[in-house]
Amino acid sequence: MLDNARGTAKIEATFEALRKEGRKAFIPFITAGDPDLRTTKELVLAMEQAGAHIIELGVPFSDPVADGPVIQAATSRALDGGTTLSSVLNLVQQLRQETDVPLVLMTYYNLLLAYGLEKFAQVGAEVGIDGVIIADLPVEEGDELRELLDPVGLALIPLVAPTSTKERLELIAEKARGFIYCVSLTGVTGERQDLPPDGEKLIQRMREVTSLPLALGFGISKPEQIPLIAQKADAVIVGSAIVKKIEENLNSKEKLLNETTDFVRQMVQALPQ
Amino acid sequence: MVTKTTTAGRFGSFGGSYVPETLKPALEELAQAYEHFSQDPAFQEEFVTYLNEYAGRPSLLYYAKRLSDRLGGAKIYLKREDLNHTGSHKINNVLGQALLAHKMGKKRVIAETGAGQHGVATATACALFGLSCEVYMGAEDVERQALNVLRMELLGAKVIAVSKGTATLKDAINEALRDWVTNVENTYYCFGTAAGPHPYPSIVRDFQSIIGKEAREQSLTIEGRLPSAVIACVGGGSNAMGIFSGFLEDEEVPLIGVEAGGDGIDQGRHAASLVAGKPGVLHGARSYLLQDEHGQVLSTHSIAAGLDYPSVGPQLAYLKEQGRATFVAINDREALDGFAMLASTEGILPALESSHAVAQAIKMAPTMRQDQFIILNLSGRGDKDVHTLAEEVGKDAR
Repeated sequence: MLDNARGTAKIEATFEALRKEGRKAFIPFITAGDPDLRTTKELVLAMEQAGAHIIELGVPFSDPVADGPVIQAATSRALDGGTTLSSVLNLVQQLRQETDVPLVLMTYYNLLLAYGLEKFAQVGAEVGIDGVIIADLPVEEGDELRELLDPVGLALIPLVAPTSTKERLELIAEKARGFIYCVSLTGVTGERQDLPPDGEKLIQRMREVTSLPLALGFGISKPEQIPLIAQKADAVIVGSAIVKKIEENLNSKEKLLNETTDFVRQMVQALPQ
Repeated sequence: MVTKTTTAGRFGSFGGSYVPETLKPALEELAQAYEHFSQDPAFQEEFVTYLNEYAGRPSLLYYAKRLSDRLGGAKIYLKREDLNHTGSHKINNVLGQALLAHKMGKKRVIAETGAGQHGVATATACALFGLSCEVYMGAEDVERQALNVLRMELLGAKVIAVSKGTATLKDAINEALRDWVTNVENTYYCFGTAAGPHPYPSIVRDFQSIIGKEAREQSLTIEGRLPSAVIACVGGGSNAMGIFSGFLEDEEVPLIGVEAGGDGIDQGRHAASLVAGKPGVLHGARSYLLQDEHGQVLSTHSIAAGLDYPSVGPQLAYLKEQGRATFVAINDREALDGFAMLASTEGILPALESSHAVAQAIKMAPTMRQDQFIILNLSGRGDKDVHTLAEEVGKDAR
């Protein structure tokens, strides 16, 4: 039987608790299996210790069209190590013995189709993931998966983009679960020196059509960028800049864990307290 | 039974639009623009004028008598798309899409290319309409299709070599999609095959349907009846959908798609997604896909760069499921033999892609009666492949 405090309910409770304290969430992304699943496990636990509120685990797909060079390289490393959706679900099962932190998978649709959508809903709930973000599953194509995830309480978290029309934002809001991933810019994942104003505008437009928590991601790379974003969004998502720390420290696991975790801690500390 | 038009980009359970949200509004804009212009007689007239006056249509339906006599069975007719301006069927689609981009007010065009035929056609049309043009091409293909790279550059296009992944067509599409995600506001993505997200499979099919329309009329004029088989090679499926679309309603006419068997299907190195793949989602559409048990896309191999692609257009997947079309694989060796036989009997050098269709006709014709005839879509000419062929001849000599 599913614990009440998992899935969509867990994500909602996490945001609600922060909201009551007037705080914002930090959501780091790493690619599962980069460079191996044991390291991913240690990183998840360390990032939780460093204050991450929700953790996104990328499940590597051979053709990541929404990702920039840094996550593409992480994807290659993870695939070279044989990482699969099954092995990531096993990892989550192990992690659940040690941590309660909300875990959201981010991937591409074909991996779920190959695994089986029904099986994914069932096993995902059993092992204790909380939600899933599918980069290439727009709202029109998502009903089949959503109708399987809803009964087991898992969140299908949608993405919205600066190019989304008002009609699309409304449709997406209506079918969103957990939170909404607002893509800060027109482009692929990856660090940017300066963030365009599109993200802030998107948050404003989204507020008009939903009361769900809004997380802003894509391009955010520095702790200095966090306070401004946190004024507008309910959560900040950082991926490539963290993955870059892993990439820079592949020759020393200790350094990899320390540097990555320190970076996450700096990001968390940059949130308004 | 087989419907030509589609709702929301679906062909049965195939097709759809599996793309990042950033691209959805652009695809909707494109679908609306296309719906408008496809009903607009002035647009259609302009398109047909370019096809006739610029690309040199209609293309000939040529009776390959010496080839047919050599095989001793059904007569073989070649639909000579190789004689179009730029040397392949690709120009049909590109003239339509460049005209569409022009009407939509887009100034920058991007494209992917495998063999370079679509890239050359796109570079040509962009020069004609005064649009800037960037073409993504796998690094492996840049090397084996060097002549086409030079042609694109001479036409003013920028060719971007993609060395990621398998460095072939699939990876060129990945990079083109990433470019489009980034520059969607001012960029038109001129997709080269009847695959990808809605509305591309329908747009490309419609712009290529001139092949089948002409071939059907020419059959009736020359032979006074319909063919006993229509054969086309299949990479993404644009030349196949182009010629098949003229015969979809003629259920007595068998449609045969020829995929790239590479080293042989049982050898594992091939690009025959309909013959050996399973349904999945890649590049925006649900279709047949060469993938491992975990859903990772497999690397493909074909001697023909234009067939070296792990998925296929969704309407072809639907035609397979419905039993309306049959799909077979021809391996590299057989394609080379087909090339050689057409060259020596008819004095025509076919593209290595089209050589797969030639090889299938060579297999089928002797099993058919002499009063039957086959139409083979000769989708492109082989000049671009002389480098690859020289290497193969060298291998044989060693």
